[in-house]
Amino acid sequence: MSDISAPKGTGPLAKREARLAWSLLFPTIAIVSLVVILPLLAIFWISFKPIGLADLRPVAPVVREDLRNAGDPDQAVRYRLQNRSQDTPIENVIFFDTVPAGATLGELPEVCELSGTALTCTIGTLEPGERLTFLIPVTLEGDLETLEDALEDDTEARATGDADSILTNTEFSLENFARIFDGDEFLTVMWATIFYTVFGTIGALLFGLFAALLLNKSFRGQGILRGLYLFPYVAPVIAVAFTWVNLFDPFSGSANALLVQMGVTTQTINFFGERPLALIMVTVFEIWRYFPLSFLFILARMQSIDTDMYEAADMDGASPFQKFWYLSLPMLLGILSVLFLLRFIWTFNKFDDIFLLTGGNAGTRTLTVNVYEQAFAISNIGAGAAVAVVIFACLLGFSFFFFKFISREEGL
Amino acid sequence: MSFLRYGYITGPIIGAVWIFVLATTVAITMSFATGDPFRPTLWLSLATGAVLGLGAAWELSSRIKAAAIAAVIFVLTLVGFGPMVMETSAFNAVFAAGALAVIGGWSLTKIMEGCPMGALTRHEMEEAWIRFLTGLGYIFFTAIVLVPFYVMVMTSLKSQSALLQNPLDFSLDLDKGWALFRSYQELFADFNFGTYLWTSFYVSVLTVFITLAFSIPGAYAVARLQFKGRAAFSRSILMIYMVPMIVLALPIYIAFSVTGLRNTILGIVLIYPVTTIPVALYMLQGYFRGLPAEVEEAGLMDGLNRLQVIWKITLPLALPALASVSLYVFMIAWNEFLLAFMLLDDPDIFTLTRGIASLNSSEIPREHLMAGAVIATVPVMALFLGLEKFMTKGLTAGSVKG
Repeated sequence: MSDISAPKGTGPLAKREARLAWSLLFPTIAIVSLVVILPLLAIFWISFKPIGLADLRPVAPVVREDLRNAGDPDQAVRYRLQNRSQDTPIENVIFFDTVPAGATLGELPEVCELSGTALTCTIGTLEPGERLTFLIPVTLEGDLETLEDALEDDTEARATGDADSILTNTEFSLENFARIFDGDEFLTVMWATIFYTVFGTIGALLFGLFAALLLNKSFRGQGILRGLYLFPYVAPVIAVAFTWVNLFDPFSGSANALLVQMGVTTQTINFFGERPLALIMVTVFEIWRYFPLSFLFILARMQSIDTDMYEAADMDGASPFQKFWYLSLPMLLGILSVLFLLRFIWTFNKFDDIFLLTGGNAGTRTLTVNVYEQAFAISNIGAGAAVAVVIFACLLGFSFFFFKFISREEGL
Repeated sequence: MSFLRYGYITGPIIGAVWIFVLATTVAITMSFATGDPFRPTLWLSLATGAVLGLGAAWELSSRIKAAAIAAVIFVLTLVGFGPMVMETSAFNAVFAAGALAVIGGWSLTKIMEGCPMGALTRHEMEEAWIRFLTGLGYIFFTAIVLVPFYVMVMTSLKSQSALLQNPLDFSLDLDKGWALFRSYQELFADFNFGTYLWTSFYVSVLTVFITLAFSIPGAYAVARLQFKGRAAFSRSILMIYMVPMIVLALPIYIAFSVTGLRNTILGIVLIYPVTTIPVALYMLQGYFRGLPAEVEEAGLMDGLNRLQVIWKITLPLALPALASVSLYVFMIAWNEFLLAFMLLDDPDIFTLTRGIASLNSSEIPREHLMAGAVIATVPVMALFLGLEKFMTKGLTAGSVKG
C-alpha cells in the first residue's frame, strides 16, 4: 500500500501559468529596463568619467571641397581635412568623393585612388587639431558655373575615421566625486535638501491633516470645497510656479504691495532672491502644492473609521480634543507614517518646483537641482552623473527603511 | 488650560483673533477686487474683537446678539475707528463695512453659541474653540488656494504697465469687451499656442493608450497569476517609481542626442509612457485584486482561455478603474515639464508646458506668460471637475507620486 500525498514540485498547469505570467510581464519588463535600468547603469558609468557636454558630439574628421582658380589653366579641386577635436586623434581616416561628368582629374596624390568616378583617399591618422590640404588639378569641359556647382555641392565629399570616444573607453577617474564633495558647496546643497525635504514633508502632512479634519463632515458645499482644495496638486506645475513667482515679485508682485499697504513692511521683499527666505519660500510652495495629496489620503482613511467607537467615547464623556487625540490619531498613524515616508522620498526627488521658482539660486540648490546645474549649466555631465549617484544611494537607504518598517504594516 | 474654561476669558480671546482674521480677509478681498487701499488695524481690531467676544458670551437671543455685533462693527468701521480702515469710494466703503459687519456678527454669534459667560464645561469650551478653528481653517485654505489662481487669471487679462502702477488693482475695465482677451489672442495668433495645445493633447492621449497597453497585462499577471518572483516584481515596481526623473533624464538626454531622438515627438511619446507604466501597473493591480476571482474561474470553466478572460470579463468589470488610471496618466503627461524642457528645442513641436517655459523671458510681457498658464490649466481642471469622482479615486488608489 503506497502513501497518498499531495504532488510535489511544479506541475504542468503551474508551469503554464508562470509562463503566461512572464509573457504578460515581458513587455513591461523590457521597456522599463530599457529606460530605467540601462540609464541607471549609464549614470554609474558616466559618473566615473571626466566628460563634458561638448564630448557628446562624436569626434569625426571634417572634409570640405572647393574649386580653386576656376577658369585658369592651373585650376584645381581643393580638399581640406580637419580634426576639430583638440585632444583626440582620429585613426584610419579615409575620404571619398564622386567626380561629376565633365570633370577630369589630373595627377593624383599618392594616397588617392580613382576608380571610374569614385575618388578614395586613404590618409591614416589625423592628430588633434591637424589640418591637411590636397590640391588635384582638374580639367573641365562644359559650362564652368554648372560644373563648379556640381563639384562643390552636388557631389559632396565624405570622410570617415575611428576616434577613441571618452564615453566608451576604459579611462576612469574619481575627479567628479572629488569635485562635488569638495568644500562648502556640498554642505550648502545638503542643508538645502534636508531642510526642504523634512519641512516640506511634515508641513504638507500637517496641513493635509488639518484640511481633512475640516472636511470630515457632511455639509452643503463639501464636495465643492474638496475639489477646490485639490487644485494646487492638479494644476500643471509650470503654471502655478510662474504664478507664485509673479505674485511674489519684488517690483510688481501683489503680495509685496499688500504687505506694504498693510504696514507690515516698508520695503518690498525679494521673496525668491534672498537667503534664507528663498529656501523657506520654496518649502512653503512645496507644502502648498502637496497638502492636497495628504489631505485626500487622510480623509479617505478617516471616512473608513467606524463611528461606533466615537459613540462609545461620547457615552464615556470624552471631549472633542480627547476623541481626536486618543481615537482618531492612533487610527490615522498607519496612513500618516506611510504618507510620511513616501512623501519624504518624493520631496527629496523633487526637481521642477525649485527649478522653476528660483533656478537653484539664493541657497535653494538641492541635490536634484544640482544634477541639472552641474550637467547643463556648467556643462560637466560627469559631475552631474556623480550627484545623481549620490541621490540614488540616498534613495536606496530610504527604500530599505521603507520596506523594512512600513510596507509590512500597510501590506504594500 | 483650565483658565480658558470661563466664558469671560474664552469669549474675548476668540473674539479678538476672529475679528482680526475677518478684517484681514475682507481687507485683502476688497483690495484685490477694487485696487484701493484697505487695511486691518492691529490693536484696534483686537480690542474691538475682545469686547465683541465678551458680548457674544452674553446670554441673549442669538439674533439680537448678531444684529448688535454687526451694528457695532458697521458703525465703527465707517467712522474709521474699527477693525478695518480704508480709502475708497463711499459705495465701496459701505459695502466693505457691511460685509465685515454681517459676516462678523453672524459668525461670532455662531462660534460662541452655547458658551455662556461664567464657568464652562470642558465640552462647551472645546466646542467653541473647534468652531473657531474650523472657521479659521475654511478661510485659510480657501484663501491660499484661490488667491494664486485668481492672480493668474486676472494678470492674464491686464496689461503689464497697469499692474506695475498698482499691483493690487485687478479690477477689469469691462468696456474693453473682447480686447480684454488680447494676450490670449496673441498667443494663438503669434506664438503658435494652437499647435502646442494640439501637440500636448495627442501626446497625452497616446501616452494613456500605450501605458494601458503595457500595464493591463502586467497588472493582471501580478494580481492573479502564481509565479516565482511575484513579490519581488511587485516590490521592484514600487522601487522604480521612486527613482527621480532627473537621474534618468541625464542618460536619456545623452542617449537621445546620440540616436537623434532628441527634439522629436517620437522620442517624447517613447519616454512618457515609461514614466507612467509603473504607477498605472501599481494602481491597476490593486484594483484587479479586489475583483472576485470566482467570476474569472467560471469563465475559465466555460472554455475561455486567460486572454479571453481578461478581455471579456476582467476589463469590463474594471472599467471605472481604467477610467481613473487613464485620467491620472493623462494628467501626468499633460503636466510633464522636465523631459519636454530638456528634450525639445524646436518651437514647431513644443508641448504646452515647453511653450510656456519659452514665454518666460523679459522681452515677453507678463500677461502672456499668465495667459499661457491659464491655457494649460483650464483643460486639466475641466477634466478634473467633470470627472472628480474617478479622479479622486485614481489619486488615492496608489498614487503617491508627485
